[in-house]
Amino acid sequence: MLTPVVDDDGAPFWEYAARGELRVQACAEPDCGELRFPPRPCCPHCHSFDSEWRRMTGKGRVWSYVIPHPPLLPDYAAQSPYNVIVVELTDAPRIRLVGNLVSAPEAPLNSVAQERIRIGAKVQVVFTDGEGLPRWVLERP
Amino acid sequence: MTGAGLKDATAVVGIGQTAFAKQLPESEKALACRAILAALDDAGISPAEVDALASYTMEETDEVEVAKAVGFGDLTFFSKVGYGGGGSCATVAHLAAAVATGQATVGVAWRSRKRGSGPRPWKNTAVQLPTPAQWTRPFGLLRPADEIAMLTRRYLHEYGATRDHLFNVALACRNRANQNPAAMMYERPLTRDMYMTSRWISEPLCLFDNCLETDGALACVVVSAERARDCRRRPVYVHSAAQGLPAQHHGMVNYWNDDPLTGPAWAAARHLWKHADFTPEDVDVAQIYDAFTPLIPLSLEGYGFCGRGEGGAFTEGGALEIGGRLPLNTSGGGLSEAYVHGFNLINEGVKQLRGTSTAQVPNAATCLVTAGEGVPTSALLLRT
Ligand SMILES: [Zn+2]
Repeated sequence: MLTPVVDDDGAPFWEYAARGELRVQACAEPDCGELRFPPRPCCPHCHSFDSEWRRMTGKGRVWSYVIPHPPLLPDYAAQSPYNVIVVELTDAPRIRLVGNLVSAPEAPLNSVAQERIRIGAKVQVVFTDGEGLPRWVLERP
Repeated sequence: MTGAGLKDATAVVGIGQTAFAKQLPESEKALACRAILAALDDAGISPAEVDALASYTMEETDEVEVAKAVGFGDLTFFSKVGYGGGGSCATVAHLAAAVATGQATVGVAWRSRKRGSGPRPWKNTAVQLPTPAQWTRPFGLLRPADEIAMLTRRYLHEYGATRDHLFNVALACRNRANQNPAAMMYERPLTRDMYMTSRWISEPLCLFDNCLETDGALACVVVSAERARDCRRRPVYVHSAAQGLPAQHHGMVNYWNDDPLTGPAWAAARHLWKHADFTPEDVDVAQIYDAFTPLIPLSLEGYGFCGRGEGGAFTEGGALEIGGRLPLNTSGGGLSEAYVHGFNLINEGVKQLRGTSTAQVPNAATCLVTAGEGVPTSALLLRT
C-alpha cells in the first residue's frame, strides 16, 4: 500500500494522526482563526504565518464516494472493488478529507458493503494501529 | 493595450497531425516533427521562419530538440504551460500574445504523446506521492478517473443528473468519430446497451466515460492577422483566449474548494466572454475537453451554455449532435477520436471554421475550444 510522503506543512497532521488525534490546521491570529486544509505556510484570509492545530471531534458525513476497479496498483487491485470516500467534517463543513469507509480500523478497504455507503451517511474517524492512517466507520454500523 | 488587444489580432493558419493509434512505431520526437512539418506545410510557411514555440507540461519532446530537428530559425519566444491537459488552449493563447505584441512572427504549438503504448502515469508512484498526493493516494484514490468520479458522484447526487446524461456525451462523440476516418473509433458505433453494461473503471464512471489511450501528435501555426491573409488557407482568427486557476483551487482533487462543482472553467469563462463580441448563444460548434464524460456538463455550465446544475439536462434531445443546439467534439474528441491531451480539439475547431470537418456544421463561424476541466485550464474562441 502507498504510505503518505509527508511535506513540512503536512507533517503535524500525520504526527497527530499517529497519536489517534484528528487535527486541522487553523490560523493562530486571534481575530481570524480560520481553518484550512490542506495545510500550508500562511493564512489566505489574514496572511498570518502563525498557525495552530485544532482538535476535531472526528464526526462527519459522506460528501461523495467512488468504487475503483482495476487496472490499479497491485495492493489496491487485490482489495478492489473498494471504496474511497470524501468526508465533510461536522465541526467544519468546508473541511473535507479523503479516506475509506471500513468496518473496523484494521479492516480491509472493501470491508463495508457498497450498498451501505450513501452520501450524507454519518461517520466517525478511527486510526490504524501502525501508521495512524485516519479511516472512517459508520456511526450506526 | 487593453484586454481586448488580442481580439482577432492573430490567426491559426496551419494545422497538422499524425495518424492516431493504440500503438505507433515512431518515437514521440519523430511524431512531433511530423505533425509540426505538416502544420507548416499546411500554412505554406518555411520552418526557418518559425521564431516562437509553445507547449504544455507532460510534453516529453523539448523545444531545443524539436527546433534543431525541424530546422527552426532563431527563437525569440518559447513557453511551456503548466497542468497537462489544462494547458492545450493556452499554447495558442501564448503564441497569439507573443505575435500580437511583436515578440515573434511565426509561432508553433504542438503535442506528441505515446499514451497508448507508453507507461500509464498513475503507475509511477514516485511522481504521485509527494504533496498533494499525501492527502489522496494512500486511500486508493489513485487515477484521474477516480478523482473525477468523486466529483461526478456528488454532481449526480446534487442535481439529479443521471448516467443517461453521461451516455449522451459519449454517444455524441462516438457518432462524430464514426464520420471521421482518422478517428480510432471510426466504424465502431456505440449503443446505450453497450454503455450501460460495460465494465466499471471507477463507479460511477464506466469504460465509455473514459478517454482513449492514444499514440499520436498534432501541431498548429499562429501568425498575425495581417500575415494570415497571405497564407494558403482561410485564416481562423483567435478571437478571445483565457486561462483559469480559480481561488483556492487544488489540482484535479478540488474537494477543498468551497464549491467543488464550479471548477476552473468558471474562472476562464469570465475572462473569455469579457473580451468577446459574441455570447454562448452565438457559438456554432464546441470542442470541449472530454477526458471524462462528466467534464462536458460541468463545462457547459462553466462556459455559460446553461445554468448551474443544468448541464446534464442540456445533453437531452440530441443537443450535442449535428443539428442540435450545440454540436460537440465533431472529430470524436478525446473519447472517440484520440486522446492527445486535447490538441485534436484545437485542430478540429480550425477545420470546422475552414469548412473541412468530416462532420461539418453548416456555415460554422464561431467555435469554443476548451482545455482540461478540473485542473487549471484554458480556452479559446475561434472565428472565421
Ligand atoms: Zn488568518
